[in-house]
Amino acid sequence: MKQLNLKHDFPILDQKINGKPLVYLDSAATTQKPQVVIDTIVEYYKSSNSNVHRGVHSLSERATDSFEAVRSALCQYINAAHEYEIIFTKGTTDSVNLVAHGFRSLLNPGDEIIVSELEHHSNLVPWQMLAQVSGAKLVFIPMLESGELDISILDSLLNSRTKIVAFNHISNALGTVNPVKKIISAAHAVGACVFVDGAQAFPHMAINVQELDVDFYAGSAHKMYGPSGIGLLYGKSEWLEKLPPYQGGGEMIAEVKLKESTYAGLPHKFEAGTPNIEGVIGWGAALKWLEGIGIENIKKHEDDLLIYARGLLSEIPDVIFYGSAKDRAAVISFGIKGSHPYDVGVLLDQMGIAVRTGHHCAQPIMTSFKIPGTVRISLAAYTSKDDIDMFIVALKKTILILN
Amino acid sequence: METIGDREEDIIEEFSFFDDWMDKYTHLISLGKELEQMIPENKTSENQIKGCQSQVWLNAELTENSILFQADSDAIITRGMIALLLRVVQGQTPEKIASYDFNFIEKIGLTTHLSPSRANGLVSMVKQIRLYGVAFQGKTK
Ligand SMILES: Cc1ncc(COP(=O)(O)O)c(C=O)c1O
Repeated sequence: MKQLNLKHDFPILDQKINGKPLVYLDSAATTQKPQVVIDTIVEYYKSSNSNVHRGVHSLSERATDSFEAVRSALCQYINAAHEYEIIFTKGTTDSVNLVAHGFRSLLNPGDEIIVSELEHHSNLVPWQMLAQVSGAKLVFIPMLESGELDISILDSLLNSRTKIVAFNHISNALGTVNPVKKIISAAHAVGACVFVDGAQAFPHMAINVQELDVDFYAGSAHKMYGPSGIGLLYGKSEWLEKLPPYQGGGEMIAEVKLKESTYAGLPHKFEAGTPNIEGVIGWGAALKWLEGIGIENIKKHEDDLLIYARGLLSEIPDVIFYGSAKDRAAVISFGIKGSHPYDVGVLLDQMGIAVRTGHHCAQPIMTSFKIPGTVRISLAAYTSKDDIDMFIVALKKTILILN
Repeated sequence: METIGDREEDIIEEFSFFDDWMDKYTHLISLGKELEQMIPENKTSENQIKGCQSQVWLNAELTENSILFQADSDAIITRGMIALLLRVVQGQTPEKIASYDFNFIEKIGLTTHLSPSRANGLVSMVKQIRLYGVAFQGKTK
C-alpha cells in the first residue's frame, strides 16, 4: 500500500493526549489545518488586514484582491460558470438556511419539499422550518438498512408539486456516497430545484457543479483543511437571482434611502456585513495545499485506509457495522455489542484516540437503526496506517475493559 | 451518620490505590455495574436528563429529614459516575445537598466527566441534585 505521508504538515498532530500520541480520527467533524493555512492567516494580520470592498487605500485593495482571488479559485475548483455564483457564508449550515429562508417567499401551501432520511440536522431542520412557515409538505426519501437511499421509489415521490429536493452528497454519519446525478436529473424532470449538502464531499472527491447540473451546492472550509466559520454556497445564477436577500446590512446594497433600498448584484446581495476575511484567505491557502496533493491522490489514500481499517475491524467479533453502502467514503460507523458508544469513546480517549460517538447530528438515522448512536472513525489525507493500527489495539483493550 | 466529608475521604482513599488509568476505569465500570437498577416506574420522561451522549434519569424522594436519590444511565461509565455522586449525597439533609460542590471528583481525577463538553447528562444531574436540595428545604417531615 503506497500511502501519502502528510503528518509533518500538521503541527497539531504532534502531541500527546493523556500521555499517548494523539491519533485523530474525527476529521469528518473538522479536519486539522496544515501549517501553510496557519501561516497565511498570521501573515494576513501582519501585513494585509483591512476591510474589503470599501477602501481606496492600498491595504484595502490588497485585502480585497486576496479575498476575491479565493472566490475565483473556488469557482474554478468546483467548475462553476461564474465567480458571482460563489457566495461566501459561515458554512454549510448557513448556506442551507440562506436558501431555505429565501424560499419562504417562493413556496405555497401544498408545495412539497423532498429531504432524505440520511441528513445531518443542518440539512433537515431549516427545511422543517420552511415547511412550517410556508405550509409546504415535507416528503422523505427513505433510507435502506444498508445506509443507501431507496431511490427506486424516487419517481413516486416526485410530482409537479415538488419544489425542492435536498440531500447530502456524502453522509457524515455512515459515509454513504449518494447517487447525486441520478437524483438531480429525476428532480429536474419535474422542475424541482435541487440543493446538495456537500460538506462531507469537498474533502474527499472532485466536485463539478456544472457536470452535476446541481442548482445549489454547499460546503464548509473547516472540513477541507481550512478555517472554521467560513463556507460557500454555490448557486446557479438564475436561482440566486430569484431568491430574495437573506440578511440586510452593509455590502449587500446598491442604494439606500431611509424607507427602502435596492440591493447589490451577485454575489454581494447575499454577503451582508464585513465577511470572515481571514477565513476566506486561509481557505485559499488550504485549497492550494489540497490541490498540491491532488484530490484524486487523497481519495485513493483514504479509500485504501478505509478498506484496511474495515478489514481489521471485521476481525473483532463484537463489532457491528452501521452502513454497508457499495459506495462509501472516509467514514466507518460501528458499535460494540453490549456497550454504549459513549463508553467506547471515553476509553479510547484515555489512550489518545479521538473518535466521535453519539448520533452525529443525524438522530433520525440512529432512530431507524434503533440505537442511541455509533462510534465513528473518519479519515483525512493525513491519517496513516499507524493511526489505524493504534486505534485497533486501543479498541481491543477497550472491549476487554468493558467486559 | 457519616458526614459528606467522611464519605468523600473514603472515596478519595479508595481511588488512591489506582496508579494507572486502566485500574481506575475498571473500578468505575464495576461501580456502574453494581449500581442498583432504577425501578422502571421512576424512569419517566420528567426524571430524564437528556445528554447528547448519554441519558441520565434522576429521582428524588424526601424521607424524614433526608433525601433519597435513585439514578440511572444508559452508559456504564456514566453509571459509575452516578454511583460515586450518589454515594456522597445519599440520605443527607436538603440543607447540605443544596450547597454541595462535589469537589471530590476533581481529587480523584475524574473531573472531565463533569465537563459540559462531554454532554453526558452529568452536569445537569449535579445541578438537579442541588435543586432537589433547595426544593426540599423547610419541607422536612
Ligand atoms: C453532512 C453535513 N452537513 C452539514 C454539516 C454542517 O456543517 P457546518 O457545521 O460546517 O455548518 C456537517 C458537519 O458536521 C455535515 O457533516
